Amino acid sequence: MNEILTDSTFFGMFLTLACYQVGVLVKRKVKVALATPLLVAVVLIIGILLVFHIDYENYENGAKYISYFLTPATVSLAVPLYRRMTLLKKHPAAIFGGIASGVLTAMVSIFLLSLVFGLTHEQYVTILPKSITTAIGMGVSDKMGGIPALTVVAISITGVTGTVLAEVICKLFRIREPIAKGLAIGTAAHALGTSKAMEIGEIEGAMSSLSIVVAGIMTVLAVQVFGGFI
Amino acid sequence: MRILKFIKQLTIIMAVAFLAELMERLIPLPIAASMYGLVLMLLGLITKVIPLEKVEGAADFLVEILPVLFVPPTVSIIANIDALKDILIPLVVICFSTTVLIMGVTGWVTQALFRRGEKTRKKEEDHE
Repeated sequence: MNEILTDSTFFGMFLTLACYQVGVLVKRKVKVALATPLLVAVVLIIGILLVFHIDYENYENGAKYISYFLTPATVSLAVPLYRRMTLLKKHPAAIFGGIASGVLTAMVSIFLLSLVFGLTHEQYVTILPKSITTAIGMGVSDKMGGIPALTVVAISITGVTGTVLAEVICKLFRIREPIAKGLAIGTAAHALGTSKAMEIGEIEGAMSSLSIVVAGIMTVLAVQVFGGFI
Repeated sequence: MRILKFIKQLTIIMAVAFLAELMERLIPLPIAASMYGLVLMLLGLITKVIPLEKVEGAADFLVEILPVLFVPPTVSIIANIDALKDILIPLVVICFSTTVLIMGVTGWVTQALFRRGEKTRKKEEDHE
């Protein structure tokens, strides 16, 4: 199996897209927060590679071209943020202050827990961007010397936790204002949480999606300082 | 016609991505090209140097396919399986606990700032 796939360009591309399709179908049928198309596709692909003894390199050889679009796609995140700019202008103090408090909480709490667990620099910076959107978080992890693939795992666990517990946490901390709920969910649980915020309400969803990119940019800046602590 | 428009939009996005790549090479900070690009694009949109309708369609397309683009880098877990085993427990504990904390603090602070802002606004209205 391996010989015939060596240097194949389209095996990796085809497998990626096909497994993603399966992921979309699974998400539609199974109402489990963990069953995102991304995670289903990844588990499927790893399973296929292992079962058929296909080298990871033979997959990556074609699949890497798909990921070349990550940079222009991340650049494009400016467009949905720009559309929400009018919201930002209404309550700038609450929005910037709230998101900044969340980013700072993330940095401090992850730093302290990493100390407790005795993590290495590589492990620490792998987890540090775990609350922000994958597009930005992977770049942070890569640039700071972490392992981007594991950062995606951390981001996924975070997103699922945030999605499942969003309503409980809002009750627990007595968060009742829609604007506060949306920002809390988006800052803590990025795009996965945002789908939940959209279910809760329109303002919640808009605020959550606004906070994804703002929290991402603030985290990139904060990591410049916090990244050097371990 | 629609395809040509799409290609035009894609050209602008790629130009920004290229500029961002150059910035990444010139600026000695551990910041990814995509972040420079994101900020450049945002500044371009705000200053209207890049009108929204000149990039909108292609940008929405790229944002929508983002999850597909994450698949190949994530499959590389397979090459990092030992590293994952090493931090699995701290990873799960940290991700779970800090998410609760971050969500709580963000919501609480936003609500406090929002309510204070509304109060001052009401006071000002009363004075008028």
